[in-house]
Amino acid sequence: MNRKFGIKEVVAIGIGTALFVVLTQVQIPIGIPNTALQPRMAVLAFLSAIFGPVVGAVIGLLGHALGDALFYGSVWWSWVFPEAVVGIGIGLCAKKFAVREGGFTKKNIVLFNTVQVVANAIAWILVAPVLDILVYAEPANKVFLQGAFAFLGDIIIIGVLGSILLAAYSRIAGKSSSLTKED
Amino acid sequence: MNRILSYQEKNTWIHRLSGITKLIFFLLWCITSAMTYDTRVLLLMILVSFILFAVSKTEWRQVSSVFKFIALMMVINVIAIFLLSPYQGCEIYGSKTVMMPFFKGHDVTGEELFYLFNVVIKYFTVTPAIFIFLVTTNPSEFAASLNMVGIPYTIAYSVAIALRYIPDVQGDFQRIRNAQEARGIEMSAKAKLIERIRRTSSIIFPLLFSTMERIDVVSNAMELRGFGKKRGRTWYAHKRLEAIDYICLALTAVFCVGALVFTYYDGSRFYNPFAQ
Repeated sequence: MNRKFGIKEVVAIGIGTALFVVLTQVQIPIGIPNTALQPRMAVLAFLSAIFGPVVGAVIGLLGHALGDALFYGSVWWSWVFPEAVVGIGIGLCAKKFAVREGGFTKKNIVLFNTVQVVANAIAWILVAPVLDILVYAEPANKVFLQGAFAFLGDIIIIGVLGSILLAAYSRIAGKSSSLTKED
Repeated sequence: MNRILSYQEKNTWIHRLSGITKLIFFLLWCITSAMTYDTRVLLLMILVSFILFAVSKTEWRQVSSVFKFIALMMVINVIAIFLLSPYQGCEIYGSKTVMMPFFKGHDVTGEELFYLFNVVIKYFTVTPAIFIFLVTTNPSEFAASLNMVGIPYTIAYSVAIALRYIPDVQGDFQRIRNAQEARGIEMSAKAKLIERIRRTSSIIFPLLFSTMERIDVVSNAMELRGFGKKRGRTWYAHKRLEAIDYICLALTAVFCVGALVFTYYDGSRFYNPFAQ
């Protein structure tokens, strides 16, 4: 078995997905119809930044598909895959963030936010609208408008809530022990 | 939260099907529905899925609140498409039949109405299939059958854990929310944006950190029991594929291929009633 994909990752995917699905019901309305800030995105960013791209991608795919199915009774596939793109993008830099080692301070917060903006831009301004047009033949201006709102909503919630969560967790995890885990 | 759909034990042939049969049906169904825009195919798919819905003895009570919610979403979506792109239908079908002037540049055309009708039924072709899949598939059996078709058992186990822990995390979520509300943190939509984020985070913080703890506990427990040491594992809930599974898979494949051939036969994924 691949060392990098151990028991912790298996469990993180499982319970992380469950958390993502449950948080589907928490939406912060911002006054634009059909658009809301999704705190679950901050949780996805958080888990990706700690457990890496594979965990982020699977939680994004599985969590979005399952969450949509359980709460909305349908799966909007063209918005499932961008979610994985965000997870992978943030997860790729997981090592650099050094969250568990207590190293998530100013420099890494800036790095984290740069990465999340880029990942969200690829996901919502490129991948989601293109898939919408290919799969659902929806009008281009509508899907790009929706994509832009999703992009803005996500970078706000990940930027604010995601950064706070990571910084707080990094403080706790870094302080509680000076020992390193043996893989 | 009673809006979450969940598995319910019943004794119909759909419940007895292997989880993997239902998953393949569900995925092929979604792919077909995503690729076609042919009104006739979509209507047939809706008909078939509602028949299956009735056969699986799924009760309206189990799914009604989710269903109403989707209907509302669809209405908003349709209005948004019409307001932003009143002539999308005309572009697709290549003609313009004005039924009723609305206001300047926003006439109601037959093509647009027909296109919106297609958008709605396309959405509803998938819904009954999802309901059936979710309320008739036993999570443990499903994880076992995922492994049987060659998905590594670690991933299959992740899926099983996800399905297993959704109710637990949901319980935590409700307890934390009730506790925070009891402390006077109001969750209604009256406050300012930044204030709302702050209040939401007062739920997410404890929930996320208890989740991280739970990840540690569960993964330690699994490690102690030697999870992941061997290449394979056996499953308590494993069921063999039976004749009925193969019949269902064959019928699904035939139907989906047939539907796609029929759709793309004339070179377009749309059915155009406006063409002469």
